[in-house]
Amino acid sequence: MNKGISFTQAFFTLLKRDLKIAIRHKGDIFNPLLFFILVVTLFPLGIGPEPQVLTRVAPGIIWVAALLASMLSLERLFKADFADGSLEQMLLSPQPLSLMVLAKVLAHWLLTGVPLILVAPLLAVLLHLEANSYGALMATLALGTPVLSLLGAIGVALTVGLRKGGVLLSLLILPLYIPVLIFATSAIDAAGLNLPYSGHLAIIGAMLVGSLILAPFAIGASLRVSTN
Amino acid sequence: MWKWLHSYADPQKAYNLSGRLLPWFATLAIGFIGVGSIWGLLFAPVDYQQGDSYRIIFIHVPAASMSMSAYMAMATSAFIGLVWQIKSADWAAAAIAPIGAVVTFIALITGAAWGKPMWGTWWVWDARLTSELVLLFLYLGVISLYASFEDKVLAARAAGILAIVGVINIPIIKYSVEWWNSLHQPATIKITEKSSMAPEMLYPLLINIFGFGLMIGAITLIRFRAEILARNGMRPWVRELAQAEGVK
Repeated sequence: MNKGISFTQAFFTLLKRDLKIAIRHKGDIFNPLLFFILVVTLFPLGIGPEPQVLTRVAPGIIWVAALLASMLSLERLFKADFADGSLEQMLLSPQPLSLMVLAKVLAHWLLTGVPLILVAPLLAVLLHLEANSYGALMATLALGTPVLSLLGAIGVALTVGLRKGGVLLSLLILPLYIPVLIFATSAIDAAGLNLPYSGHLAIIGAMLVGSLILAPFAIGASLRVSTN
Repeated sequence: MWKWLHSYADPQKAYNLSGRLLPWFATLAIGFIGVGSIWGLLFAPVDYQQGDSYRIIFIHVPAASMSMSAYMAMATSAFIGLVWQIKSADWAAAAIAPIGAVVTFIALITGAAWGKPMWGTWWVWDARLTSELVLLFLYLGVISLYASFEDKVLAARAAGILAIVGVINIPIIKYSVEWWNSLHQPATIKITEKSSMAPEMLYPLLINIFGFGLMIGAITLIRFRAEILARNGMRPWVRELAQAEGVK
């Protein structure tokens, strides 16, 4: 009678469930986005509105704000499921844990990473980003934000059982974010100078592929530790 | 061989073994660092370009290379602890982490002190320096994650996963001077080919690197023994030990 469901079915069921939950709590989508916009607005006020200065620092500001927004939004990735016990049900289910974790991370990225990518060009206009850097900005964000979600999920999975996990989370995952930040901003800078930046993109792509393969296992192992 | 090695996973045996090894490590470390530092700081020739300020190399290079080795040692123990569920390995990883953090800090501070006369600045945001700073953050992350769990069995597993994920940074530090145009000089000590360094300078440096390794080993053993006692406080052999020491 119980034939079980295929991996694809399990993956899409969980993805749909997470998307549905998030859409019913719209704050989960909009708060990180608002945070992203607010942080970016703070910089011109803090360092002065001269266009030359802003042009120079725009890639860095957008990327740092994206890192922080992604980190803040990640905190909720496993929290609710951990609190109401559905996470434990997922750990007990016959489907492989890394598959389900991947579905959850994908849902998270669709809800927080994609809006961020869509808003970024608007903010880039506000910061007077070099006209020929837009392609690089979009490409690095598209390749880089999934890496942020995947790496960040490891840290979240490690701290989900802790009450004071928030501050610890930044200590755990921001160092892991640094390589993405370095290559993304140098790609945008190179594009601004009309230099080729496909090498940087290739490295970020390699990071994406690497973390896509390895991170789900680390996340799964961390969840097993946290829920013990 | 594995059977023989496995018996040292037992806390009491590990405690006794590390107690027996400790004097060797400690004496050799003091000897090597003493010889290497006195030779390097007093008798090694003056560098024709950098003058006497190059002598900080005898602290900086051992600290920097050992900061990476200590991380690998910690990650390896964490891996053994995770895969084969050997608690002693988890305790060893927990024992190494703060030592590695301090050595990394020493490497950064001595590097800054060396950078000031040579490059004219304390700090540059260059690949080697930045990745070493990231290493310090990784150590601090592992330490604070281990500290924030009440249940130390869980704490060791969680910190172990983080330590293993952080291993990705080690090759980045190692090859950063070759991959990027860096202000930091490339490696001068090479294992497979001739080192680009005068032997009178190289030997004290190698002695000091070895001495630093032994010193980290010695401090790790002390901390490892303390960690075993702390985690096994309710075991009869620890109680007997405490009673023998006169603790009530």
